[in-house]
Amino acid sequence: MEILLQVIVTGLATGGLYGLIALGFVLIYKATSVLNLAMGEFMTLGAFVCFTVLTQIKAPFYLALILTLVAAILLGFIVERLILRPLIGEPIISAIMVTIGLGVILKGLIYMVWTPTFRNFPEIFPPKPLNLGFAVVPSGLWWGFFFAIIGMLIFLLIFKFSRTGVAMRAVASDQQAALSMGISVRWVFALAWCFGAMASVIGGIVIGNISGISVYMGDIGLKVLAVIILGGLDSIGGAILGGFIIGILENLTGLYIDPLIGGGAKNVAPFFMLVFILMIRPYGLFGKKIIERV
Amino acid sequence: MRCGDFKETYIEDEAIFQSLFVKFWLGLFFVFLLVFPFVASAYLLYVANMIGFAIIAAVGLNLLTGFTGQISLGHAAFVGVGAYTSAILVTRLGFSFWLSIPFAGLVSALAGLVIGIPSLRVKGLYLCIATLASQFIFEFIFIHWESMTNGITGIHIPPPRIGGFEFLTERNFYWITLFFVVLGVGYARNLVRTRMGRAFVAIRDRDLSAEIIGINLFRYKLSAFAISSFYAGVAGALWVTFLKVVTPDHFPFILSIQYLAMIIVGGLGSVLGSIFGAVFITLTPELLNYLSEVVKEYAPGHEEIFVPMKEVIFGLFIVLFLIFEPRGLAEIWHRIKNFFRLWPFSY
Repeated sequence: MEILLQVIVTGLATGGLYGLIALGFVLIYKATSVLNLAMGEFMTLGAFVCFTVLTQIKAPFYLALILTLVAAILLGFIVERLILRPLIGEPIISAIMVTIGLGVILKGLIYMVWTPTFRNFPEIFPPKPLNLGFAVVPSGLWWGFFFAIIGMLIFLLIFKFSRTGVAMRAVASDQQAALSMGISVRWVFALAWCFGAMASVIGGIVIGNISGISVYMGDIGLKVLAVIILGGLDSIGGAILGGFIIGILENLTGLYIDPLIGGGAKNVAPFFMLVFILMIRPYGLFGKKIIERV
Repeated sequence: MRCGDFKETYIEDEAIFQSLFVKFWLGLFFVFLLVFPFVASAYLLYVANMIGFAIIAAVGLNLLTGFTGQISLGHAAFVGVGAYTSAILVTRLGFSFWLSIPFAGLVSALAGLVIGIPSLRVKGLYLCIATLASQFIFEFIFIHWESMTNGITGIHIPPPRIGGFEFLTERNFYWITLFFVVLGVGYARNLVRTRMGRAFVAIRDRDLSAEIIGINLFRYKLSAFAISSFYAGVAGALWVTFLKVVTPDHFPFILSIQYLAMIIVGGLGSVLGSIFGAVFITLTPELLNYLSEVVKEYAPGHEEIFVPMKEVIFGLFIVLFLIFEPRGLAEIWHRIKNFFRLWPFSY
């Protein structure tokens, strides 16, 4: 029983991180209807930038975080301007494939710059684990959870109340109406990419802090696809809830199924879940239903 | 300048070999392919074989993604299914290599059908995610179904033989590859002008309209998945038999992206394009290898930069072609041909 509780708590904490990255996906998808499959590489890049600032310049963590966020904003702008904007109006398949290409490029570049060696992140959070009484959460995980929740709250508040957020929601619901109300759709697209990139680099830093960084950590970005499919591609609340569900599910699989087949099930469980959801409820828990019938 | 080339009937317009001129050049090219193994070095033949496997798989993927418009991010998984099927049939059940090829294709096609089922409900983006998930699920199966696949150790495969003749070297295997490439390309080229091929294109252009004019979406979407996976399975079986070993490492996600890069670079919805793309994408890493050898000689210590360079260049090809030449090399080839055909009166 105690193990079960422990696993669920760990799952919740991991789920928070998934939720944050999923939020990045959803922010971009909602505004621009492009699914950014290079999200995992954005994450990796963020983690490496932060790592480099921390270890090379020996900057304090808050400074490194700010610098990384600035880098994320730049990345978002550049990617949107150079790669996605020429494809506006092209079939959706082109936009997806271009993000795949982008992911491969980024991965290769990260490999070139930082070499494929696995690195441990310098300690940025106090190492004391959080004891809940019935379960113990390792320090990295609960600080990560904390950051994820803060990040999500900030994005939610911006989205809900700020002028920019309202503009983004307007574009998401009807581009032409938004355009005729004087909202610059291009600007919103660029902003969406920046926000998405920011959410993913925060996720990258936190995950890097928990399990170390390497070129291959971007694979988590693909796992998060299960989260957004479960939550519904265009639902922010769904992304967060989906994150928790997938996080717990993944850790439960690790507990119960891994010993049966000798490991590995934990990482593939989200993908099984994904196919299952697509078969029974493709628009997810809260996604917009699009009904097409002949 | 070519003249007198006009068509009076639809049958002529649909013909695979459009004119005597085309027949002549194709014939010449075929003669070249037949003479090639007698003059080429072992390395060149190795590359030629690799190109052959890539062509078969890329033509399959193009039938699915380019013609039917169903994007697949899990093509490498189907290549893997075919490869393992053939390897297991040959080593465990004592099948001959020749018999194992169609079976590899069939099992792969079956896997494709299962993965294709979601395509009836989901499309575009969702389908792309579903196939991506299948890539990871199959990878997982290859590694963990140890009683069947031997896990990460893999399976060693004996070379194919006819009577006492073993297809051991690159030169001998070239004939097998050539045979299947010609068969596969010929079938695909013919398929796209039949009822089924035109149904595929209709589904790609607008699935609802296709359904309204009487195309059974269920049947044709699944057929596209099955045929595409069949190609992948055959390519996989040939490939691992050529390598003499199959391990899960042969079918990573990046391989799926590579196949996608082939058809994007070559030209979506063009059989000729798949061939161009396969040749182009297979030759690129070889060229990079060569460059890295050169660099090693003149500036030792810097050759490691070429390892990730391969991926960066694949990515760049995908991005640049999608933005600047979405119809790929096939379109460029078409333009060059037209330029010469119409020269000097190109208006």
